[in-house]
Amino acid sequence: MKSRTVLRPLVASCRYKHGVLLRRSGIRWASDTWSAGPAQKVGSDSVHFPGALNSKFTSTMRFQNPAEENAMPTYRIMDADGNIVDNTRDPQSASDEEVIQWYRNMLTVSIMDLIMFDAQRQGRTSFYMVSAGEEGIAVGSASALTPEDVCFLQYREQGVLVQRGFTLKEMMSQLFANKDDHGKGRNMPVHYGSGKLNVHTISSPLATQIPQASGAAYALKLQRLINPNVPPRIVACYFGEGAASEGDFHAALNIAATKSCPIVFVCRNNGFAISTASIEQYKGDGIASRGLGYGIDTIRVDGNDIFAVREVMLEARKRALEGDCKPILVEAMSYRVSHHSTSDDSFAYRAKREVEEWKRRDNPITRLRKWMEKKGIWDEDKEKEARASIRKEVLREFSAAEKVKKPPVRAMFEDVYEEITPEARAQMKELKRIIEKYPKEYSSISQHEGGIKSLEE
Amino acid sequence: MFAGRRLNTVSRALKPPTQLRYASQASSEARLNKPIDFKKTAVLHQSQNSARTAYGLAQDAPVDWVNLHGAINASLHHALKSDENVLLFGEDVAFGGVFRCSKGLTDEFGTSRVFNTPLSEQGIVGFAIGCAAEGMKPVAEIQFADYVFPAFDQLVNEAAKFRYREGGTGGNCGGLVVRMPCGSVGHGALYHSQSPESLFTHVPGLRVIMPRSPSQAKGLLTASILHSHDPVIFMEPKVLYRAAEEFVPRDPYTLPLDKAEVLKQGKDLTVISYGQPLYLCAAAIEALEKEVKGLSIELIDLRAIYPWDRATIMESVNKTGRAVVVHESMYNAGVGAEVAASIQEGAFLRLEAPVARVTGWSTHPGLIFEKFNIPDITRIYDAIKRTLEY
Repeated sequence: MKSRTVLRPLVASCRYKHGVLLRRSGIRWASDTWSAGPAQKVGSDSVHFPGALNSKFTSTMRFQNPAEENAMPTYRIMDADGNIVDNTRDPQSASDEEVIQWYRNMLTVSIMDLIMFDAQRQGRTSFYMVSAGEEGIAVGSASALTPEDVCFLQYREQGVLVQRGFTLKEMMSQLFANKDDHGKGRNMPVHYGSGKLNVHTISSPLATQIPQASGAAYALKLQRLINPNVPPRIVACYFGEGAASEGDFHAALNIAATKSCPIVFVCRNNGFAISTASIEQYKGDGIASRGLGYGIDTIRVDGNDIFAVREVMLEARKRALEGDCKPILVEAMSYRVSHHSTSDDSFAYRAKREVEEWKRRDNPITRLRKWMEKKGIWDEDKEKEARASIRKEVLREFSAAEKVKKPPVRAMFEDVYEEITPEARAQMKELKRIIEKYPKEYSSISQHEGGIKSLEE
Repeated sequence: MFAGRRLNTVSRALKPPTQLRYASQASSEARLNKPIDFKKTAVLHQSQNSARTAYGLAQDAPVDWVNLHGAINASLHHALKSDENVLLFGEDVAFGGVFRCSKGLTDEFGTSRVFNTPLSEQGIVGFAIGCAAEGMKPVAEIQFADYVFPAFDQLVNEAAKFRYREGGTGGNCGGLVVRMPCGSVGHGALYHSQSPESLFTHVPGLRVIMPRSPSQAKGLLTASILHSHDPVIFMEPKVLYRAAEEFVPRDPYTLPLDKAEVLKQGKDLTVISYGQPLYLCAAAIEALEKEVKGLSIELIDLRAIYPWDRATIMESVNKTGRAVVVHESMYNAGVGAEVAASIQEGAFLRLEAPVARVTGWSTHPGLIFEKFNIPDITRIYDAIKRTLEY
């Protein structure tokens, strides 16, 4: 390795183009974002503090008060009755068949929610989380992605998975933690993931996926620099407005902006984080107002309007990939119609009447249905048929998944490391000894694929 | 070769001129607690041939006299050069790092691959996990191990469990390496001295590695970045960055990430340690062996703190019948507790004395008290002696 002199002359511009394995003979000793800038002239009207390059001097002392600013508007294409508000726009950008498929996907999520919520109440699964009221955000945004785009989810985005092709069998396998579950029965229900569909497995800690998504987006950008034949890809990262209070949200948006990552952050602002209403979650103008502070292009959209969500996501994806790439923040507004989870009774902290009103007055499924009926591509008969067939299919996969064996007990020890460690091997052996000595205490092992044999070397 | 001294403001702050030497000052009457003479210690390869023999190289194989940060720099350079997927980032790494470990790498590999991040540890590790999840090999730097705690959630709940929860999808963040300078430095006080390795050894899914010397660091770091498919916490004893110099093979090589190394053979007692205290152990052993005719003590470097090499330790203690475990971090639930308990299980019938632990006391690394807190040659000497006399 070549020895280098340490003290180097400052050069006017330290920027140079991004590249992988790019060799450069120039001289630099700061990061790529550093630039010396011109010297400040006497009597200049601007500051040139390195921390705020475009700030002008003022002799008026004014504290900027967020309450004096207008709240960021909410973009929509169609109103609560399914009428297109701005007739100059073609809301669809998709065929009737595709729109009907989105509708069926939202219905699938909704019907499965009802069945699985009850199944949990009967003790047939351990846990469940519905996404009622937010199907439009998930399906609408996912419809704007390519299959190669990478998704990081929080847990209330079943519609993203369904829209990307996650099957009911895969969902049920995960919920029942059977041997066909990609997660090998290790995760709580609703923690879906799919390598094939480029959706990373959901983890419970809130907001941890957000900086990871920024890193993943940076990786996608670099991989395209290494190999220009790789298709342009973005990361879509979903989270709720409660999760946005975590430090990881701050870390993620800041690093995504400074490293110009091709990522779309989709915040589902549904008004509640379990029992905490958004009024106790933040004091600013929602999550969207924060995007500007990080230097991120931001938009707020009506999450109950699937057309608006889709259009916004298509545009966000395009912008994220333009030039040197950049992050985009989308705040999709909705209302959490459901309880937080099967472990929550939301009427302990909010009025039932309010919830009923949201259910009745506005939700993404009925809104799209009204539009489709006005267009003449949907009617009561089709609705009945769709609901019945989806319900039948859900129930079929439900009973099938319930009967499938559990994953081998060996899977408890696998995948901690790439290889099973000697320590884990010794513990597998010890567990086997215990089960063989006290078989009646562990009779449920027969429900696991391979029984005790799976613990053998 | 590594002329970064003048620019290195943080290291300079940590290495004041000679008028006040804080904890590193030895008492003039001291017989045991003398400063380590890194030019003479047997822990380091003082001759070219010693390095060549240790790494099984030919008599004319090139070797360089390198210090610890130089060896780490060489390893990072090799990794960046040989695999396009390797990235290096963290706070202040672009100009060479506050300890000079990334010197020259931005110039050679560009700011797309070697770059500064915003000052956010949870962001750095989260970002790195995401990079690794998409198949890259990110090497994230936490400026001091003392500041890894904001990233604890990302490491414990995310990095460590990533492969496990992804299961059949095959997703993993195995390409991840998190480097962090650790350990006492004479005057680092509360937040520039900690060794939090035992917090990570309690986390299945993470590999925790600590090298003792430049040549070890080079082989272990190269293996961590290029060959490990598990996330690695790579802890670098910062007091050795400049102090430890030795002959290091010039060509790239790797060392196993799950094997302890017997540094010195012996038959009467086994001393087990890792990182910087190995120098103190070697000095204590030398003093005792000079005193007691025929005494021979075995010295083992764990290297991999988790998952660790139980087999090598058990084989040794079953031979010697006595063991002393030494580390800098505190006594309670430290690595020594795990090693001692395992020895009790694995060598019970051969043990002739309780397993002794020489560690930092169960307190915080207060500035002026360091020399009384960390294990020194005297305390190690005393523990070995008492264990032998038990």
